[in-house]
Amino acid sequence: MTISDTYHHQPDENGHFGEFGGRYIPETLMPLVLDLNKHYRKLKDDKEFNRLISYYSQHYIGRPSPLYFAERLTNHFDGAKLYFKRDELNHTGAHKINNALGQVLLAKHMGKTRIIAETGAGQHGVATATICALLDLPCFIYMGESDMERQSPNVFRMKLLGAEVIPVSHGSKTLKDAMNEAMRDWVTNVENTYYVIGTVAGPHPFPEMVRDFQKIIGIEVKEQILAAENKLPDAMVAAIGGGSNAIGLFYDFLNDTSVKLYGVEAGGKGINTDEHAASLSGGEPGVLHGSHSYLLQDDDGQIADAYSISAGLDYPGIGPEHAYLQSIGRVNYVAISDEEALSAFQLCCRLEGIIPALEPSHALAYVSQLAPSMKQDEIIVMNMCGRGDKDIFNVAKHLGFEI
Amino acid sequence: MTNRIDNTFSVLKEKNRKALITFVTVGDPSIEDTHKIMNLLVDAGVDIIELGIPFSDPIADGTTIQSASQRALANGTTLKSILSLVTRFRKNNKHTPIVLMGYYNPVFRHGIESFCSDATNAGVDGLIIVDLPPEEDSLLRTIANKDDLHLVRLVTPTTDEERLSIILDGATGFLYYVSINGITGMQVIDEKTIEERINFLRQKTDLPIAVGFGIKSSEDVRMIQKYADAAVVGSALVKKIEEIGEFHKEGELFNFVRDLSETHVP
Ligand SMILES: Cc1ncc(COP(=O)(O)O)c(C=O)c1O
Repeated sequence: MTISDTYHHQPDENGHFGEFGGRYIPETLMPLVLDLNKHYRKLKDDKEFNRLISYYSQHYIGRPSPLYFAERLTNHFDGAKLYFKRDELNHTGAHKINNALGQVLLAKHMGKTRIIAETGAGQHGVATATICALLDLPCFIYMGESDMERQSPNVFRMKLLGAEVIPVSHGSKTLKDAMNEAMRDWVTNVENTYYVIGTVAGPHPFPEMVRDFQKIIGIEVKEQILAAENKLPDAMVAAIGGGSNAIGLFYDFLNDTSVKLYGVEAGGKGINTDEHAASLSGGEPGVLHGSHSYLLQDDDGQIADAYSISAGLDYPGIGPEHAYLQSIGRVNYVAISDEEALSAFQLCCRLEGIIPALEPSHALAYVSQLAPSMKQDEIIVMNMCGRGDKDIFNVAKHLGFEI
Repeated sequence: MTNRIDNTFSVLKEKNRKALITFVTVGDPSIEDTHKIMNLLVDAGVDIIELGIPFSDPIADGTTIQSASQRALANGTTLKSILSLVTRFRKNNKHTPIVLMGYYNPVFRHGIESFCSDATNAGVDGLIIVDLPPEEDSLLRTIANKDDLHLVRLVTPTTDEERLSIILDGATGFLYYVSINGITGMQVIDEKTIEERINFLRQKTDLPIAVGFGIKSSEDVRMIQKYADAAVVGSALVKKIEEIGEFHKEGELFNFVRDLSETHVP
């Protein structure tokens, strides 16, 4: 059997996914990013590096994560069969640790002695702090002040893990501002510092590298769904902040064109308002944080503040590979509002006994629209990319509970 | 017509003088103030004016320029209003080179072709785009050069020989040496490093070399001018503008800049 590989040729050697991607960074960082690229190319296929990744993935993170048939939700939606890829069961509670593990191992290999990262929901910060504790590296996490407030449990977790959380008080005090500050740190500490970007954004090779560390999700799903159903799913759904859990789920299925792929952006208070975080549905092409992609911005090219109830999706950009996949029509990008996500959150708790993070609650809200329109012998796989413990205070507030 | 940047450097060279370049964020505290400040800078002896295009997410800037950019954006400064400021400035000043410095997204959003022709028509002479390394600048560079705009390339302490040849390939106008690994507004590094780096660059290029980042005082300017063709003062001036808030002809800001430029004396 010959497998056509149409969708696996990206990016080119300068990190371009079609017209998107690239390296739009200050010259001070160019030598570092080029060096990182060289090291990554070398390590990517290195036996020992891959042995370490699979060792920790299995024994520390707990991979493979289960593929679970969500029977009660399936009955409730009365349409397609719904499976959850349970990456919320990973150590630290989200998919983020797949990437943090890979990058911190790479940093260690490169002889870097100081790790920095940005975080929104705090899951990437917790994951990075965790791996830094494991591998004995000092860790500094930039986090917007309003995210520190709405994700306070994760702030304390990072501190317990020995990381220093640096509050960012500029701009909207969310993920974008944390990323700005992390970049400033990186430009200033080029000699010893490794910047662990938490999603498929940033300059080349980050979007490719983070994807490669996350694509295990889809690789496992393929094996698991074939074992369970003896066929590929008909649709896959994932939430999108920068797009790492989504590309992780989709990547191994890009060439299986019978599988429809849906990326769910945060629609906040509605994509017709100016309070949302749907860069593809409501943004324009532009350049931010090292790559050319889609951005929320005004007519003068100033970046707009994103808004979402979910700190992990509250980002005005999106990874360049998603911009590319939209441009060629391989993935459909849709938006889900705060309110829809909140109802899906509660539905999932009650019907499945799973408290999802607000991020995958967006994916589930879209599933609730999609599943009823599909046939009962069709299959949807949704990435349950994070658990909701971090969100309970925030959700309580929105639902009017005091805890 | 020769480009004003080329002109300025060759005239200065004949006089055996070094250039003082100053950076201000346009629209801080207002566009009208920037106009006054530009005239003041020229009167005080500044050779080249860098105009900062404010951007919402200036990842290469420290707090001083970040805040200035925010103030400028808050009072409605746009790329259009910046270009119209240059047009007005040019009515009375035909010789002082103007370099627009900023981040790529506003330029990209404006449309590269129309941005370059609008900038040239307004009287801009060069561009420095902080987050546009040589690997990504060919589109802008080709169009800019056709319009007789220099796209100034940057060199940093992290630049090695191999990288330098990539940067020099296609560099025009002058070379901008960023004196430190870091963001704007930090301390200057030591003289010995500057000397070594400039000597290294001189072996590889005949372009004039400007040094920027961390230059705060007339002593700093004088030290830089011993080695380089130009010293760039940015954050220190932006900070003064913030502190002073009044821009009379012979006032405090004038004296500050005057002091920087007196280092011209050969
Ligand atoms: C659980 C969870 N899902 C999704 C995201 C969004 O990131 P990405 O789009 O890269 O998966 C985050 C980010 O913090 C997260 O914590």
